Amino acid sequence: MKPQILTGTHFINGDEACAEGAIAAGCRFFGGYPITPATEVAEHISVRLPHVGGVFIQMEDEIAAMTSILGAAWTGIKTMTATSGPGFSLMMETVGLAIVTETPCVVVNVQRGGPSTGLPTHGAQADMMQVRWGSHGDYEIIALAPSSPQEMFDLTIIAFNLSETYRTPVFIMSDEIVGHMSEKVVIPEASKIKTLSRPKPTGRKDKFKLYKPGPNGVAPMPAIGDGYNVHVTGLTHNEKGYPVMSVDTQKEMMHRLLGKIRNNLDDIIMTEEYLLDDAEFVIVSYGVSARTSYTAVEEARAMGIKAGLLRLITVWPFPDDKIRELAKRVKGFVTVEINMGQIAREVERCAAPTPAYLAGHPGGSIIPPDDVLKILKEAF
Amino acid sequence: MKNRPEIQPTHPLEDLVRMDRIPHIWCSGCGTGSIFSSCLTAIKQTGIPYNKFSMVSGIGCSGRGAGYINIDSFHTTHGRAIPFATGIKMAKPELNVIVFSGDGDLFAIGGNHFIHAARRNMDITVICVNNLTYGMTGGQVAATTPHRAKSSTTTAGNPETPFNLPLLAYASGATYVARWTMLHARDLADSIEEAIRHKGFSFIEALSPCPVNFGRRNKEKSLDTLKKYYEKTIIRNGANPAEADIDFNKGVILGKFLQISKPTHDEMYKKMYGQSKPNEELKTS
Repeated sequence: MKPQILTGTHFINGDEACAEGAIAAGCRFFGGYPITPATEVAEHISVRLPHVGGVFIQMEDEIAAMTSILGAAWTGIKTMTATSGPGFSLMMETVGLAIVTETPCVVVNVQRGGPSTGLPTHGAQADMMQVRWGSHGDYEIIALAPSSPQEMFDLTIIAFNLSETYRTPVFIMSDEIVGHMSEKVVIPEASKIKTLSRPKPTGRKDKFKLYKPGPNGVAPMPAIGDGYNVHVTGLTHNEKGYPVMSVDTQKEMMHRLLGKIRNNLDDIIMTEEYLLDDAEFVIVSYGVSARTSYTAVEEARAMGIKAGLLRLITVWPFPDDKIRELAKRVKGFVTVEINMGQIAREVERCAAPTPAYLAGHPGGSIIPPDDVLKILKEAF
Repeated sequence: MKNRPEIQPTHPLEDLVRMDRIPHIWCSGCGTGSIFSSCLTAIKQTGIPYNKFSMVSGIGCSGRGAGYINIDSFHTTHGRAIPFATGIKMAKPELNVIVFSGDGDLFAIGGNHFIHAARRNMDITVICVNNLTYGMTGGQVAATTPHRAKSSTTTAGNPETPFNLPLLAYASGATYVARWTMLHARDLADSIEEAIRHKGFSFIEALSPCPVNFGRRNKEKSLDTLKKYYEKTIIRNGANPAEADIDFNKGVILGKFLQISKPTHDEMYKKMYGQSKPNEELKTS
């Protein structure tokens, strides 16, 4: 039996680090489907899961992959899938089912250029709005953006913890560049890795309500076979879990689904600041784009422009308050992302009337620091 | 109703039904309820504890089955009951996972999942209520609607050819294939019990009238359909599934087409990749 957690220093790519993060977090089921540039997550975890008593299956498509992880999650275990744009589109239907049935699971999107088949082997960050709004209906989601293979490991663990805490799918919004780059990844000792599991219900089984919120707005979750005889449906349902086609039930359910995220923003939102204290211009970025943004900040400073970086580790829910607070004291924002203006819209919304601009890219490449500097100089 | 006796006899299946969700949504004359009863009877007949079962449904009239059974049950999205069931079965192989859904759900939108679960010999039991139409949405043409039959989207008759479901299941790799009608309630229950006990992918097609949305357009009353089920069916165990197309003029074959022994997906995975005990592992973390 190989060790469950490969404590030590490794030189591995982001996709592999993500798979190891999942194993370390306690993931024991992976339903996958091959797609560039996310395939290595499936390949790596298909080897690793049997070592730790878990199971891997390659399903017939991404719809099935995403659906299989929900079924497995209801047996009481932690589950994950990984894909890229085209597969992510197929998963959107089941993402909605995961949200409404409050099923914890982790979904990794190693983004590539789109639309459609796009640029399979080149990075992009153009699914950032799809992850927020891609499934029909109203909902809140949690999405994290790793900037390095180390963060692919670290954030995958955090994604599982958030997923188990809030009974909701959590997304790792990576990209081809971070997924395929190899760097040093330090895997800590098992005792140093914090993992959380969904609370189990207690009390009388016949009085149990599947969606009755606990103190943090989230209900404990039993597993199949625990004797709670749960009924889980994608229809609008009451706290018991039974379908009820009424406006009141819809209202109650929606308030619970939105509330458990909206009322716990401080616990969910993670950002990182670089030279922000005296900054007059704020670069907002995430994922691989944040890496080139550090250089842009330093070069701007060398030129006498007081720039700073706000890196979004949690992209959704969006840190509205943080941007609003900064907008009161800075002269402007530039959002750096490999798309033609997705998160930039959110920054603009929160920054107004402080000006906010985009340093975007149509996809396929990182954004060179010079391009960011150029926009910074032109804009302000 | 004052004179009604206070103590009423308990229905033998009451412990398996969510009585707080009754009455159900199924129309009078529909066969889904009878097929559902046969399924519950089969579960009871096995003597296996109820918490060792799980039922998964998709969308549609029969997709509501999961909402009435009083065990851990899942009403998923349209066509996706089988991959959901696959996840459950792989993560907790000791469970008996039953997929209860309709022909539109399992064979049009969910057709790809069906053939792959059969190919893998995933050890689940799939029960298809085949009413030859999309009942819940008002009687549109289905992948099972007979050639020339009328529907709300083929008002001059269906120009297409329907699936022969037992043949499809057989060709895809199912290791237990049977067909009954809702009129053959006991044969159906016994068959479902056998399918639950069967190691491997088992498929049972259960024919059901939809008087409201199929019968009405095709000048066939509910009792006419039952009469056909009685008079124009031939029970022939071991029949060639290639001859199982639904043509009441020449007679429709019922019975167990095949049951073969073959390692299940779970058995092969364990054999080739070692013991899989995800639930036990989680307890230690």
